[in-house]
Amino acid sequence: MTSPLTPVLSDTWDADQSWTLETYRAHGGYGALAKALDLEPAGIIQTVKDSGLRGRGGAGFPTGMKWGFLPPDDGGPRYLVVNADESEPGTCKDIPLMMAAPHSLIEGVAITSYAIGCTHAFIYVRGEVVHVYRRLLNAVQEAYDAGLLGKNALGEGVDLDVTVHAGAGAYICGEETALLDSLEGRRGQPRLKPPFPAVAGLYARPTVVNNVESIASVPAIVERGADWFTSMGTEKSAGFGLFSLSGHVVRPGQYEAPLGITLRELLDMAGGVRPGHELKFWTPGGSSTPLFTAEHLDVPLDYESVGAAGSMLGTRALQIFDDSVCVVRAVARWTEFYAHESCGKCTPCREGTFWLEQVLARIENGTGVPEDLDVLLDVCENILGRAFCALGDGATSPITSSVQLFREEYEAHITGGGCPFDRAAAELFERKRPAVAGSEVEG
Amino acid sequence: MTTEAYSRGPACSYDDETYRRLADDAAQIVARYPEPRSALLPMLHLVQAEESYVSRDGIAFCAERLGLTPAQVSAVATFYTQYKRHPNGRYTVGVCTNTLCAVMGGDTIFDELSEHLDVGHDQTTEDGKITLERVECNAACDFAPVVMVNWEFFDNQNPETAKRLADSLRLGEDVTPTRGASTVATFQEVSRVLAGFPDGRADEGVGASGATLAGLRLARENDWRAPEEAAPSDVDAAPGEGDVPPRTGGAQSSAESKESDK
Repeated sequence: MTSPLTPVLSDTWDADQSWTLETYRAHGGYGALAKALDLEPAGIIQTVKDSGLRGRGGAGFPTGMKWGFLPPDDGGPRYLVVNADESEPGTCKDIPLMMAAPHSLIEGVAITSYAIGCTHAFIYVRGEVVHVYRRLLNAVQEAYDAGLLGKNALGEGVDLDVTVHAGAGAYICGEETALLDSLEGRRGQPRLKPPFPAVAGLYARPTVVNNVESIASVPAIVERGADWFTSMGTEKSAGFGLFSLSGHVVRPGQYEAPLGITLRELLDMAGGVRPGHELKFWTPGGSSTPLFTAEHLDVPLDYESVGAAGSMLGTRALQIFDDSVCVVRAVARWTEFYAHESCGKCTPCREGTFWLEQVLARIENGTGVPEDLDVLLDVCENILGRAFCALGDGATSPITSSVQLFREEYEAHITGGGCPFDRAAAELFERKRPAVAGSEVEG
Repeated sequence: MTTEAYSRGPACSYDDETYRRLADDAAQIVARYPEPRSALLPMLHLVQAEESYVSRDGIAFCAERLGLTPAQVSAVATFYTQYKRHPNGRYTVGVCTNTLCAVMGGDTIFDELSEHLDVGHDQTTEDGKITLERVECNAACDFAPVVMVNWEFFDNQNPETAKRLADSLRLGEDVTPTRGASTVATFQEVSRVLAGFPDGRADEGVGASGATLAGLRLARENDWRAPEEAAPSDVDAAPGEGDVPPRTGGAQSSAESKESDK
C-alpha cells in the first residue's frame, strides 16, 4: 500500500542548507552516480525505459525512449540540455526543486550524460530567478571541486562539463527547439521538426532535451530500480511527481504524490478550497491545458485519465479558482500572455493570439457583440493544429474549454455591458482602500 | 584574466579600460561554450550590468567580440524582455499579473504601487530607484500574489507590504526576500550574476519555505514515505546519519517556522 504522499525529490528540502553538496551527500546523494558508473550505459537506458518515466515538463513523452532515439555514436559530440525554463502559467515545481536541492538535478545530469555518451551538458534556466541560478552555479562548482564533474568524472578519460545558462525572459524558450536556438545565441524561435533534436539538436548535433524534474528523478530510479518506481502510480503513468496546488486553496504548495492521485484527495490534504467558497474551475496542468470543474474532482491525475476527460496532465500545475472568479477575466489574461509571448514566427499564432486578445478584451469590458463568441471559436479553430509549435495550440485551450463550460458567463458580459464580478472578492487579502495619499517618501 | 591583444571597431565608445575589462569577461563567457555565439545571451546580461541597459555601445561591443553585425545582436536583444532598452532603475519591482497572481490580488497590488510611485509599467521613478513592471508567471504560484525585486522572490504580498517594500527600496534600506539572498542586490549586480559570474551569495537564505514544504510537512506528520524509504544501504552517509530524519528548523531551514505563510 503506497502512502498518499511519497516524498523522494522533496525529501531533503527541509534539511539545513539543503542545497549544499555536504547535505545532499549526508542523505545518500551521489550514491546513484557511483552505482551508475559501474553499469553499462545501455543498461541505464534500459532501466529508465523499464521504469516508464515520462517527461515531467508537460508532454509526457517516455524519457528512456527519448534517449534511445539518439543515433549510433559517430565520434562527434552529443549533448544533454536540461530545460529549466519553467514558465507555463501555474507551473512552480522546478524552481523550488532547484532552489532547495540543485544537486539532485546535477546528479541526474551526470548519470544521464554517462548513459547517452554526453561530455558537455547544459542547464538552461530562466533568467528571472537569480537565486536559483546562484544555487545552480554553486552546486556545479561544488561538484567540480569534488571530482564529480570535470576531468575523468565519468571514468578514465571521460570528462563531463556542465554549463548553467541563464535565459532572458521568453516563455517560448520552454519549447525545446526554441530553447536550443536561444542557447545558440539566437532569438528563441521553434525549429521545423523533423529533424528532431535527437538527430540534429544543439549545434546540429544529437541532443537530448529533458525537463528538470525528469532528470532529477533519474538518480532515484537508478538507485532503487525500475520496479520500485513502477510500484507507484498507474500502469501507464508510473512513479511519483510534484503536484503544485495554487490559488483558492487553504494550504497551497508542492505535494509529491504517485501519479493517479485525484484533486479531491489533494484538496483534502491541502485543507480544501477557501472557506465559504466552492470550486469553480481549475487547470490540471497549467494554463495550456483545457479547464476542468468540480465535475472532474475524481479524475485520476495521470496522463491517460486526464486525456480521456478532455484535458492534459501537463505539468501538474493545479490552479484552483473558486466561485468569486470571473472566468472571462482569467481567460482574457492568459490570452494576453500568449499574445505577448508568441514569437511571431508563424501567422496563425502571431495574428490569431493578437485578435483573440482584442476580442476578449472587449467582451470583458462590456463592449462585445453576440457574434464575438463565434469569432473567438473560429479563430481558435484556425490556430489549433495550424500553428508552428504548441504555444498556439495552448493559447486556444483555455478559450475553447471555458466557452464550452461557461458560455452563459461570456454572454452575460456581452448582454450586461461588462463584468458582473467583484474583483476584491477573489483577492487573498482585505482591501484597505482608499489608499492614504501624501505618505510618499522621496529617496 | 586574459591579456590577449584585441581589436576594436569604431562603433563602441567604451573607454579602453572598460572595453578591455569587458573583453576579458566576454572571453571567459565564450570559453563556456563549444561555439562562441552561445555567449551572446550572457554577454547581453554583462553589458546590462555595465550600464543598466543594453545600449548601442553594448550592442556594438557584443557584435565586435562575437563577429556578428549590430543588427544580428539587436534582433536578439529585442526578443527577450529582461534586456532593457533604456536605463533601468536601481531596482526592478515586478508585480506578477498573470492570471493566478492577478486574480489573487496582483492587479490591485500593481495598481496601488503604480499610484504610490506615480509610474506605470516599464517606467522608472524620478529618483532612479525603482522601475515598475508587470511580469509574467514567475513560477511561484503557490506563493501568490508574488512580487519580484531584481528577480528575487517576495511571496504572499498585499498592497501594503508591497508599498512598504517600495518605500524601503527608495530610502536605501536593506530588504530581505522571502526566498533568496539575505538582501537584494542592485539591478546591475544581479545582471552580472546572470552573465554567469557568481557573487558568492548562494549560501544565503533558505532552501525552502512555506508552501514549498506544505506536502513534505504533511508527509512527515503522518509518516508517509515512498516505498522502502528506510533502506539507503550502500551510500556513504555520515556515521549515525544514515536513517535518521533530516535535521530541520535550523537557521537556514524554515521547516518549522511559519513566518512566511501569513
